[in-house]
Amino acid sequence: MKIQRARRLYSVALVALVTLVALVLPGGSLVAQGKGTIKIATQSPLSGGQAALGEGIKLGTQLAIEKFRGPLDKLGFKIELVPYDDQAKPDVGVANAKNILADKDILVVIGHLNSGVAIPSSEVYKDATLAMISPANTNPTVTDRGYPNVYRVCGRDDVQGVVGAEFAKSLGTKSAFVIHDKTTYGQGVAEFFKADAEKKGIKVMGFEGTEEKSNFDPIITPIKARNPDLIYFGGIYDQAAPFFKQAREKGVKSAFMGPDGMDSSDLTKIAGKAVVGMYYTSVAGPVSVYPQAKQFAEEHKKKFGKNPEPFAAQAYDATAIALKAIAAAAKGGVMPSREAVSAAIRKLKHTGITGTIEFDDKGDPRKALYFVLQVASDDPEKWGENKEVKRLSIAAPSAKM
Amino acid sequence: MDFALLLEIFPQVLLDGVILGFMYALIALGYTMVYGVLEFINFAHSEIFVVGAFVGVEILLGLKNAGALDQLPPFLVLLLILVAGMAVSGLLAVVIERVAYRPLRGAPRLIPLISAIGVSFFLQDFVRLIESVWRNAFNLVYPGMEGLNRRLELTATVDVPVKALVVITASLLMLWALHLLVNRTKLGTAIRAVAEDQATASLMGINVNAMISLTFLIGGAMGGAAGVLFGVQYGLINPYTGFIPGLKAFTAAVLGGIGNIPGAMMGGLVLGLLEAFAASYLSLLTGGAFGAEYKDIFAFSVLILILIFRPRGLLGEVVRERA
Repeated sequence: MKIQRARRLYSVALVALVTLVALVLPGGSLVAQGKGTIKIATQSPLSGGQAALGEGIKLGTQLAIEKFRGPLDKLGFKIELVPYDDQAKPDVGVANAKNILADKDILVVIGHLNSGVAIPSSEVYKDATLAMISPANTNPTVTDRGYPNVYRVCGRDDVQGVVGAEFAKSLGTKSAFVIHDKTTYGQGVAEFFKADAEKKGIKVMGFEGTEEKSNFDPIITPIKARNPDLIYFGGIYDQAAPFFKQAREKGVKSAFMGPDGMDSSDLTKIAGKAVVGMYYTSVAGPVSVYPQAKQFAEEHKKKFGKNPEPFAAQAYDATAIALKAIAAAAKGGVMPSREAVSAAIRKLKHTGITGTIEFDDKGDPRKALYFVLQVASDDPEKWGENKEVKRLSIAAPSAKM
Repeated sequence: MDFALLLEIFPQVLLDGVILGFMYALIALGYTMVYGVLEFINFAHSEIFVVGAFVGVEILLGLKNAGALDQLPPFLVLLLILVAGMAVSGLLAVVIERVAYRPLRGAPRLIPLISAIGVSFFLQDFVRLIESVWRNAFNLVYPGMEGLNRRLELTATVDVPVKALVVITASLLMLWALHLLVNRTKLGTAIRAVAEDQATASLMGINVNAMISLTFLIGGAMGGAAGVLFGVQYGLINPYTGFIPGLKAFTAAVLGGIGNIPGAMMGGLVLGLLEAFAASYLSLLTGGAFGAEYKDIFAFSVLILILIFRPRGLLGEVVRERA
């Protein structure tokens, strides 16, 4: 009895504390500085295991604001960045979204990193037609809902999964084992990969979801016995890296592959030699593949003392688009409405550092780039030197509503 | 269904389960010993475990930066981080008891429990704060030690990594030492006397407070050792790593009979094996309908069944005699 009560109490106390923390944390946005302040919010994981990418999105946005604030400064507006930490958790993202909605000065949200967070959060933004431009969300549902305020500047998983399967086939892969992290993003892209791989005659030996973060032994053992040619991990580096590392340590010889969630220097920081030579698909090439992005990378390094993480360049472009749209909607120096900004984005054509971006009526870029990359070195500092194996420009599929 | 495959991986799954089980057993000891003397659940124990893991990784990273990691024999390094992890975690447990539990000794039993939950949250974020200031990192990676990563291939599908042997040997040695300490020494007798009846024990000249501190020291040291072994075995830790293993070890302690030291060891092994078998076999046995993600549901369903028929755990709860 005592124990039961103790455990129940523990969970009650846990819920109470989490609520308290959730109430206190995101409230830190700055007080409006009178009239004429326009705020751009970022939502990405700034703490926890995926903070490397989330921080990259924030820094890319910050750099873009400093670079492109000129036209709005001239109109007499003050531009401010308000970073929110969604902790890669849907509930935190939605709670932040409600706070963002309440701050009338916020006209655009740059975010998120995780599709599973972006989808419920954008339901909140939609209530106020507050524009969300995503630098990284690849799940098809993000734009397939056809919301007028939702945009992304990157590709989609229904294409990315196919690109991965095609490349696997071209490597001569005959059998594959697919693992995913049970999130909207990870499971989504893993399913697209699996479906297309089977269509191409690759035997999919298993399809497993796991939320495990440290001990992958029981998953690896059956995989090792079956010895597939390839292991595909639909998920994010903070979980995939220890998995790959433990798999190699246990003597698994299969090739590794993953989607753009692998694309962070932390993958090699954690997994080291185990991931050297592995392939991953991405919707965000390393900065070195974009000729116009060289200056961005240099400025980033100078200002923040480190190389830009993947998606930082995408966040930079997304922010440039946002500022352009705000300036277009604010003709005559009047504070534009959120609806006007959302509508202005759709009409824009922007040539940024990751290419020329133009949106279709769902908010997808008309053409998006897809890459296949290969990890070149076990030194995290050299992540930017990963080899580009293949590059494709593919139009966004039309909505299958 | 692939029956040959099931048989083929059986020894490896057994080994995975035993390693996990010993890990749970070591952590479970901390819960069960404290319960034995104070009748309350020290929920901060999962953080004591994590602190041990962090002490281990910090020493390893320090050695690595000094270039000494590859020079020293791996077993010496392992011994060093084990002892250091045990010392820090053990002392931390003693301090926590002194600061957060002793002032509440006479209070209703739920009060120190809440205090324990508070300490648990405090330590999680304290470790996170220190690590983010000190290394600007959330996940920390145990540097690989040559020699420990070598594998002894028995068959094509079964191999025993050296570090698994190390984990098992270290766990066995510690469990055995604890058994001797509690059952064969004067100190152990004193601890058991305090667990039985504090008032009478103090009348017999036993320093009750010292014995309670000693209990926390031993339980904490075991938790710290488990933390170091966890890091060596699985390689990646972060400040929140302890929550799930802590909860599972607590379950293992209840399964074996809370307050019962051999029970905690047995409960840990049973839970570890259940989990390993569920995770590896569920998807094979159900043709993919239930995957590895159902391992906890399966393991805990079995636990509920066991507890329905043996509500006091496998080996029985230690019930305090009351005058």
